[in-house]
Amino acid sequence: MSNLLDRLNFLARKNVDTFSDGHGVTTSESRGWEETYRKRWQHDKIVRSTHGVNCTGSCSWKIYVKGGIVTWETQQTDYPRTRPDLPNHEPRGCPRGASYSWYMYSANRVKYPLIRSRLLKLWREARVVRTPVAAWASIVEDPKKRKSYTGVRGHGGFVRARWDEVNEIIAAANAYTVRAHGPDRVVGFSPIPAMSMISYAAGSRYLSLMGGVCLSFYDWYCDLPPASPMTWGEQTDVPESADWYNAGFLMLWGSNVPQTRTPDAHFYTEARYKGAKSVVVSPDYSEATKFADLWLHPKQGTDAALAMAMGHVILREFHLDRQADYFEDYCRRYTDMPMLVQLVKQNGQYVPGRLVRASDFAGDLGEKNNPEWKTVAIDAATKKVVVPQGSVGFRWGDAGKWNLEEKDGKGQDVNLQMSLILDENQDTVAEVAFPYFGNREHDHFEGTDHESVLVRSLPAKQVKLKDGEALVATVFDLFVANYGLDRGVGGANVANSYDENVPYTPAWAEKITGVPADHIITVAREFASNAEKTNGRSMVILGAGLNHWYHMDMSYRGIINLLVMCGCVGQSGGGWSHYVGQEKLRPQTGWQPLAFGLDWARPPRHMNSTSFFYAHTDQWRYETLNVSEILSPTAPEGPWDATLIDYNVRAERMGWLPSAPQLETNPLDIAAMAAKEKKEPKDFVADELKSGSLKMSCEDPDNPANWPRNLFVWRSNLLGSSGKGHEYFLKHLLGTSHGVMGKDLGEEGRQRAKETVWHDDGPEGKLDLLVTLDFRMSTTCVYSDIVLPTATWYEKNDLNTSDMHPFIHPLSSAADPAWESRSDWDIFKGLAKTFSEVAQEVLGVEKDTVLVPILHDTPGEIAQPLDVKDWKTGEIEPIPGKTMPNVVVVERDYPNLYKRFTALGPLMNKIGNGGKGIAWNTEHEVEALGKLNGVVTEEGPTKGMPKIETDIDATEVVLMLAPETNGEVAVKAWEALSKATGREHAHLAIPKEDEKIRFRDIVAQPRKIISSPTWSGIESEKVCYNAGYTNVHELIPWRTLTGRQQLYQDHMWMRAFGEGFCLYRPPIDTKSVNPVIESKPNGNKQVVLNFITPHQKWGIHSTYSENLLMLTLNRGGPVVWICETDAAKAGIVDNDWVEAYNANGALVARAVVSQRIKEGTIYMYHAQEKIVNVPGSETTGNRGGIHNSVTRAITKPTHMIGGYAQQSYGFNYYGTVGSNRDEFVIVRKMEKIDWLERPLAEKVEAAE
Amino acid sequence: MAETINTIVFGYYPYVALVVLALGTVIRYDHAPYTWKSGSSQLLRRKQLVVGSVLFHVGVLAIFGGHLVGLLTPLWIWDMLGVSHTAKQVTAIVAGGAAGAMGIVGATLLIHRRFFDARVRATSSFADNMVILILWVQLALGLATIAVSMQHLDGGEMVELMSWAQGIFTFNPDAASHVAHASPIFKAHIFLGLTIFVLFPFTRLVHMLSAPIRYIWRPGYQIVRTRGRAHAE
Repeated sequence: MSNLLDRLNFLARKNVDTFSDGHGVTTSESRGWEETYRKRWQHDKIVRSTHGVNCTGSCSWKIYVKGGIVTWETQQTDYPRTRPDLPNHEPRGCPRGASYSWYMYSANRVKYPLIRSRLLKLWREARVVRTPVAAWASIVEDPKKRKSYTGVRGHGGFVRARWDEVNEIIAAANAYTVRAHGPDRVVGFSPIPAMSMISYAAGSRYLSLMGGVCLSFYDWYCDLPPASPMTWGEQTDVPESADWYNAGFLMLWGSNVPQTRTPDAHFYTEARYKGAKSVVVSPDYSEATKFADLWLHPKQGTDAALAMAMGHVILREFHLDRQADYFEDYCRRYTDMPMLVQLVKQNGQYVPGRLVRASDFAGDLGEKNNPEWKTVAIDAATKKVVVPQGSVGFRWGDAGKWNLEEKDGKGQDVNLQMSLILDENQDTVAEVAFPYFGNREHDHFEGTDHESVLVRSLPAKQVKLKDGEALVATVFDLFVANYGLDRGVGGANVANSYDENVPYTPAWAEKITGVPADHIITVAREFASNAEKTNGRSMVILGAGLNHWYHMDMSYRGIINLLVMCGCVGQSGGGWSHYVGQEKLRPQTGWQPLAFGLDWARPPRHMNSTSFFYAHTDQWRYETLNVSEILSPTAPEGPWDATLIDYNVRAERMGWLPSAPQLETNPLDIAAMAAKEKKEPKDFVADELKSGSLKMSCEDPDNPANWPRNLFVWRSNLLGSSGKGHEYFLKHLLGTSHGVMGKDLGEEGRQRAKETVWHDDGPEGKLDLLVTLDFRMSTTCVYSDIVLPTATWYEKNDLNTSDMHPFIHPLSSAADPAWESRSDWDIFKGLAKTFSEVAQEVLGVEKDTVLVPILHDTPGEIAQPLDVKDWKTGEIEPIPGKTMPNVVVVERDYPNLYKRFTALGPLMNKIGNGGKGIAWNTEHEVEALGKLNGVVTEEGPTKGMPKIETDIDATEVVLMLAPETNGEVAVKAWEALSKATGREHAHLAIPKEDEKIRFRDIVAQPRKIISSPTWSGIESEKVCYNAGYTNVHELIPWRTLTGRQQLYQDHMWMRAFGEGFCLYRPPIDTKSVNPVIESKPNGNKQVVLNFITPHQKWGIHSTYSENLLMLTLNRGGPVVWICETDAAKAGIVDNDWVEAYNANGALVARAVVSQRIKEGTIYMYHAQEKIVNVPGSETTGNRGGIHNSVTRAITKPTHMIGGYAQQSYGFNYYGTVGSNRDEFVIVRKMEKIDWLERPLAEKVEAAE
Repeated sequence: MAETINTIVFGYYPYVALVVLALGTVIRYDHAPYTWKSGSSQLLRRKQLVVGSVLFHVGVLAIFGGHLVGLLTPLWIWDMLGVSHTAKQVTAIVAGGAAGAMGIVGATLLIHRRFFDARVRATSSFADNMVILILWVQLALGLATIAVSMQHLDGGEMVELMSWAQGIFTFNPDAASHVAHASPIFKAHIFLGLTIFVLFPFTRLVHMLSAPIRYIWRPGYQIVRTRGRAHAE
């Protein structure tokens, strides 16, 4: 009754018992106080949601709500069960995810629209007498006014604003930019649609309807492994984590499963209980090494050498000395190994040329359709050259012949011959040159002193081609020679024993990697032996530890080679498991129309971010990597002497890579210009580009006419996390204080770009407006002009999928968006509305001329078959879609943009839907959506069309249109694929034809998706999802040139850069240490270390590290990890403040001195925010810096290749990648810790 | 007029203060038990706290005990014990002066910390700030009375104050007259003391009642509570 009276009850006996000799007492005092705690954990409702973060976990969570407030969250446990003998998917969820609700009511929540006060003052002043677009023009056209707010980005000065006012400013800026410069100057960056598909689609739909540009993320994050498109024609397709359990031999290579794939790690433990052998490859003693039966710790960045040596052993023991039947059969049917390669005479020796095509022979070997795109092999029975089905030439135009049946183009059975080694099959032994890069000098990596060109002998055959006799060899024979294996045909540079120091023996690899040769031999032998006994159940889980190096293709292809030569790819329990990001957008084909406005206009504008940021943050102006350092000594003649940006320019104009902005001229003006000349816009653009009166923007990225002007960032922390070359972003894109210490090439007197215009003064501040949507005040928000408060992951309705499990499940709204925040869908919908009103001032219905690169999985992908020809040099005509980007005119209805945004447009009925090269009719689905969402009733261009008003309406569009969530569509999709392959596939979906997954279904429980031809694995009761499964078991070709897993990359640029076959390439020298190492001494000793940025432990996945709960668990601010030896060298003790710097910039952090770290490296968990507990840097004078302050993106020419089957552009599929691990930093203890707790006044006038 | 004020302040106000103190404390204990705390800021900053807090608490507790015994012990007991008024006055000056000095040094440290440490200041409520300032002033006034008491080493003034205090507790209607002619410093000191009684239930001062002294003698390291009545019987 009363706390006091209860206590004053002296008459009752309080202690009723004692125990433990009186040390414990049992009392009868009131337990009423417990109610308080019980109430703390009581709740009004539980709502299902998840964390829209790129962590691949994709865990479903229970969100507890009390009194309209989210109180906490726990893991959901109701996933559909797996089958007997397979562990279940739950438990899923980790303590980091469980800390998320902290954000919702924290001080770091963005609660109101915020705007830079200087900008707001300018706007209000201008708006008094001007209309919105005119007001914006008056601000950005006045350099002084513009500089007044752009120059203080990142220095505070935000004030609250009203939604209607910021919407008007943004809409006016967009409309002004579209009219003055072109819609391709309005750009948006948002990553990983799979983590919250509708939120992504909201912004991308807004941009796409406007003609703006969506930037890619997967390649920019360097999570895209280019080896995957090269080998399989697939962006990334991997087994779900449950399939680890089916493996007999598991390797964990450069991936830290317990730390970064926490909810899936239990499958690894369970696989080990089941008896799987486990080898972990990690330079540091990472958390994952606890899983190891054997821990290999090669020197960081040398993994390709290790993989090559393992391949050497496997080839020797399972393919040469003894032929394992399963491996032989697999390689013959599913790889390019039997295909013929022309040997080309160059400087007196042979080098591997391109794959021989049907068109090389007289009469095209009887092939009428695409003979240039059909590779050939020798039939073992007839010894004749045949054209096996399945190559890309059969994909387009040969309906029914694109499959992996063992037949040739005429339908005859064939049995392809892998090798010419038997005397009866070979005509001669050829001396063939292979490049060797392991001898290149590097201050920090061991090399060997072998020649740069290694000549090896291999069996070859004489064939008669159109233009005379030629020498050919099989891919297999070349592949084996490349591994340095003695075939008994003599010659140098091959090894008979593992102890010889010849590339790529185990003894050789020991020198490079430091891993003992006997360990390499054991692992290789057991890996292959397990695969032989189990038909391919050996698996490698690999990740960022390998993929973030400049030459990541080599490590990846080295490992892929192992898997392919052991028949592991496409087999349950086997294959590559690349887990780096949550890239698997399962209902992709249903989502694309919504996201890119394909229901209204096609194609959308897409851009690969790495090339975009490389050019527009002007990182190219500081390029230190000479192409000569990476070019192969066996490169054919060619114009190789150019800079990396020149290569990118060539790639853009040959239609290989996309462009943004596209042309120096406003694309809204082109159609009218063409009409004036009475030409088709297509021809007009081709002619004028040739004559030079139209210019591509990429040729002069620093010209104000070619600057990107408006940038939207949403669902992303571009400047605090993924922005490689952070300080260059600050300097050139934003134009604010920065820490760039290096000199650009002009100052260095090394202006070398040939095809790119050089301006002596690099531009500072290209962006007129940076708008960020976020729920927390991230580093990116701090640098923005306008920050819009979004709903958190518990306050909106959305969809989420991952590659780690087969479910689709929702984010759903547990509470209304707090304060003035709104969901991304509502924000962009609101912007669309204001834009439609504001834009009428300067825009109507316009014709927008769009340049489209040659796209993978379209008939256009077979564009440039044999050779590289650049129209700019005059060696070939510019033909849109063939030798240059395609040119398409699209109608934009700016005043009706809002109406278009909120209705499903007519093209879904008119053209239908599809993806990855197949198409199907969607009329039935559109009709069903009209009934489900209702149709637009008001008069106008959208009357009668299905409505997309709310975020839930939008989810239904995705779910209805996607084969993965609508069984009827799945059957249609498989039937569409059957037309190409000539085989029946619909049986994979017919049992689920009636299944239609709706939003409310997944709110009730996560649902397993339906098998779809968009993906190469299937959902089944018998096998786990595994990549390549349908290729192997349904005989659907891989979407490559040969239609098989392609281990030989024959594009001319691949050969020129020495990467036709996989080999070991040491890390590149970024030259960022020496120019600055003596420049700013602080009296302390310095040590130079390799800078590695793995995923963090104390943050929600790769970001969200400023969460108080996470900060409390570690050291409450930025840390770097170094080993004891290096620490001693520089006189650093644990928890010292240290600075790491190089020419790119500087960062500060506390040192964690640990035995875990390998000598010579420094680890910094990425995305440790600049906004928490970060002092100023001694060298730059600016606040800290983030992990990317010391990096700079360096592009690789081989990633720019296009117009060539699998090496054609696709959004987030292929393109340059933002690698960062080859970087070195100078580390030293800080002398003075300056918290910079004073106004900015010294440099710029304080931001008010 | 002066007499009326004197009666109100020293005759009636003590009862108001004591009633507020008692009722307020009980009501807070019952209705807002989770606000009942000392509000320590040790987690935010340890520096200065240990020295300041120990000095302050030792000093204040000694003074509190001194006042309690000194003011409320009836005169006849002192007489019976043979303690002369002069001796008692001198003891009070010496012991009280020493404890008061400790207390005010401690309070000064705590005030400095509370107002000049950014973290502590940011987390301090108005009541937190006020209470330490008032205690400092009260200590200062208390110390200032020493000067007055030095003029009355015979203890006559002290006897008047004791009569007042005991008068209050014995419901003597004339209690206030005992202090009518006391020094203004004494009056201010008493008035502020009564005001502290009034503020007591509304501030962190309540933690005084919950000092875990019982831990010194309570049995058992592990306390297990019974599940309910059925088991308690």
